[in-house]
Amino acid sequence: MSFDIPEDRQYLESHEWAEETDGVVRVGITDFAQDELGDVVFVELPDEGDAVTQEEEFGVIESIKAVSDLYAPVSGEVASINEELFDAPELVNDDPFGEGWMLEIDPDDASELDALLTADEYEDQIA
Amino acid sequence: MPLQTPPLRGIHDDRGAKFTEFGGWDMPVEFDSIRTEHEAVRTDVGKFDVSHMGQIHVTGPDATTLMQRLTSNDVTRLDVGDSQYATITNEDGNIIDDTVVYRLPDGDGERSAGSAGGGDPTYLFVPNAGTDEATHERWITHRNEWDLDATVDNRTDEYAMFAVQGPEAPDLVDRVVDDSVTDLNRFEARYATIGETTCWTARTGYTGEDGFELIVPWSEAEAIWSMLDCQPCGLGARDTLRIEAGLLLAGQDFDVESNPRTPYEAGIGFTVDLETEFVGRDALARVREEGIEEELVGFALIDRGVPRHGYDITTTESRVVGTVTSGTMSPTLERPIGLGYVPIEYADPGTTLQVVVRGQSKKARVEPIPFIDTV
Repeated sequence: MSFDIPEDRQYLESHEWAEETDGVVRVGITDFAQDELGDVVFVELPDEGDAVTQEEEFGVIESIKAVSDLYAPVSGEVASINEELFDAPELVNDDPFGEGWMLEIDPDDASELDALLTADEYEDQIA
Repeated sequence: MPLQTPPLRGIHDDRGAKFTEFGGWDMPVEFDSIRTEHEAVRTDVGKFDVSHMGQIHVTGPDATTLMQRLTSNDVTRLDVGDSQYATITNEDGNIIDDTVVYRLPDGDGERSAGSAGGGDPTYLFVPNAGTDEATHERWITHRNEWDLDATVDNRTDEYAMFAVQGPEAPDLVDRVVDDSVTDLNRFEARYATIGETTCWTARTGYTGEDGFELIVPWSEAEAIWSMLDCQPCGLGARDTLRIEAGLLLAGQDFDVESNPRTPYEAGIGFTVDLETEFVGRDALARVREEGIEEELVGFALIDRGVPRHGYDITTTESRVVGTVTSGTMSPTLERPIGLGYVPIEYADPGTTLQVVVRGQSKKARVEPIPFIDTV
């Protein structure tokens, strides 16, 4: 089975993606991760203004069959969250790299992104 | 210990199934998505490979006595082709396993359609995954101790078992059998020919829906599975379906080691016939007389979250009174639901409780089980 791995963003080994646009880092989980989880039924996210730390938990995602922690790709402040997921968590399954995004972080130090995996490196990891 | 594999492991893999270890077996947990599979069973028809379920065959002059003494229900009520839900209990009356007991044609030692006529009473019963060896040993030990004349064979590795479930299941099964089986009532069974194979065809199942369970020789499993043209379903959907139907999951809703429960506590007192003599009968008669202190209840979370096995159940004052045994987001009801044991003073539907979800108390309300209407 092949999975989408867009090259315009970076990845964590724990299957989150990070995409920097105009100094803000948008975060979600990968196509591979949503497929592994199955039907997503619940997403627990931090509040706007909360601080998050690179590689530490920022929330929880639950599918019918499993619970997983979500990890932050960079440290910083939560600039916004995708509130649509509270009513439509299935967006994570339907469009993990688009409508299923989870939060945006105003990073303390955007260079932290350099430590993440490239699309090719992530592809090797899930191969 | 290596996992046992169902006869269709390769077929399921080719179909894109994901697998999980269950009761020592490597079983498909999901083919497409649990939601898709669940909905197929509730509204149309789905098929499950449940070959991990045990198959124990008991025959001989004393087969009825042996079955009567080791299961909680009254097997003498079974005519050929009948089946009944029963529990296997220990001396304390706690559930070791739950099972369906089928009465095969008399003298059916080889389990085939041609042998129906005279001979010793013959039973087939279906222990849960991974318990077949221990159950077989239990039957042999007691047979020897009581000096009964019965043959007990563990045939788990000889027969595959498929469940075809859903409102359209009778039509689908009827299309693949040579002679119609739609006249069978719930918990009735008989041999039917599918292709060229004789299969034990029973109107039973574990989803809350109408449907059939087919017990087929391993060698013919692939051909018969392929003839059942419908949505393949994994154990994930079976789990969500059975919670909605309020049906118990062995190892979670009861576990003789970690969560010993009597059938009365588990809400399946109807499987106990105290007029019969069986292991655990006297203990259960006492429980029946004295009453139970805790009971399995259904509940729904009112707050957002998903209850999971092992989470604490508390009063509204946060006093722990129980543990979630099973929980999920119900695909049919689109609400988080679960099962758990609580003191009977908290067991009435409408009672407000809490479930502790990752450290946070979530409001829950006791609801009647089953959560949905079932057959």
